[in-house]
Amino acid sequence: MDRIPILRMGSFLLVTIQVDLYDRLALTLEADLVQMVNKTQARGVLIDISAVSIVDSFMGRIIGNIASMSKILDAETVVVGMQPAVAITLIELGLPLKGVHTALDVEKGMRLLTEMIGTEQPEESEDDDYITD
Amino acid sequence: MSTTLYKVLQKKKKNILEYWMSLQLSDDGLREDLITNEDLRVQSEELVNALIANLSEASSLDLQAESWDPVIEILGGISITRARQGFSPRETGNFIFTLKESILQVLNEEIKGQPEVLFEESRKINRLMDNLSVITFETFIKGREEVILRQTDEISEISTPVIRVWDGILALPIIGTLDSSRTQVVMESLLQEIVETGSGIAILDISGVPAVDSLVAQHLIKTVSATRLMGAECIISGIRPEIAQTVVHLGIDLSNIITKASLASALAYAFRTLRLEVRKSNIVAPKN
Repeated sequence: MDRIPILRMGSFLLVTIQVDLYDRLALTLEADLVQMVNKTQARGVLIDISAVSIVDSFMGRIIGNIASMSKILDAETVVVGMQPAVAITLIELGLPLKGVHTALDVEKGMRLLTEMIGTEQPEESEDDDYITD
Repeated sequence: MSTTLYKVLQKKKKNILEYWMSLQLSDDGLREDLITNEDLRVQSEELVNALIANLSEASSLDLQAESWDPVIEILGGISITRARQGFSPRETGNFIFTLKESILQVLNEEIKGQPEVLFEESRKINRLMDNLSVITFETFIKGREEVILRQTDEISEISTPVIRVWDGILALPIIGTLDSSRTQVVMESLLQEIVETGSGIAILDISGVPAVDSLVAQHLIKTVSATRLMGAECIISGIRPEIAQTVVHLGIDLSNIITKASLASALAYAFRTLRLEVRKSNIVAPKN
């Protein structure tokens, strides 16, 4: 089954969604991500959705859920690179994604996370970024 | 089609035109500012010629028949041009009504002795001209609608310029009332520009919005939320005291939105956020 890779960068987790999400993939991502946050004690989650061109209310909810769950596990969520059409759709659907931080691109998102959590830019960690299987 | 009618009209074509012209020129609603008398005469002559030539060929007075197409085309052309030039419906209507008047007048003069024939022919002419009037009006209104549609498009395009005031700061002055379709255009162009320039701050200046009701406020909130989703910050500036009053009286919650009184203060805020500083320089700028 397809999975979205979750990369670890120091105390942050990086998720790049390169395909259009379908419901099951999104649910798997939600479950995997929460597991990873718990396992790695990550302080921040960065989700790059610049390649996502279609969203529906379910997807919007999943993103909101991920943010709330991470918050409970003491990690901030930043969604970066949202397409204009996606933003308009979410607003029209009445999903302003409260509680989710946003940034224009990955670089700015990283800076935002670093500022929020107050840690230095993570150094090259010894163990490699690992991917859930 | 009776030959009598055709013969009379063919013979008296000149009289009809002259009489029609005199009626038009003596009319109060004559618009010499919009059309010259020469042009009016050319138009009228063309129409009379086409109409009378057609009466000879056409076996029926049924306007659906193909043979009527040239006349309808000429009439439609005149009508649409008038709509674009800004003639009023009354003036356009008078154009065709005076033609009927002059044809009836000529008929009356020619077949005075035979009341029955006169009545019969007049009825035919009446029916024909009434149909032509309806066509004139339909095309006139169509022309007016085209003008309105074009203007609407132009206004919505002109009125949503996204200005790049600084590296990373966009400004969008909104002028005129915000409705759903305009909000859509505003939102789309703003978000598109944010992606293209990678700007982190957008200033929405509403000093040109005459009034804010709950619907307009909702549209504004939508735009602000959409920019936030993209990862940019949106500031609303140019809120006039009356608008602030209405917003509070309507119970609209703008507390989650950064609002500034003027574009200048919004810009100052944006500079602070971007950690930029504007200072008076001690160095005298060279004069050009």
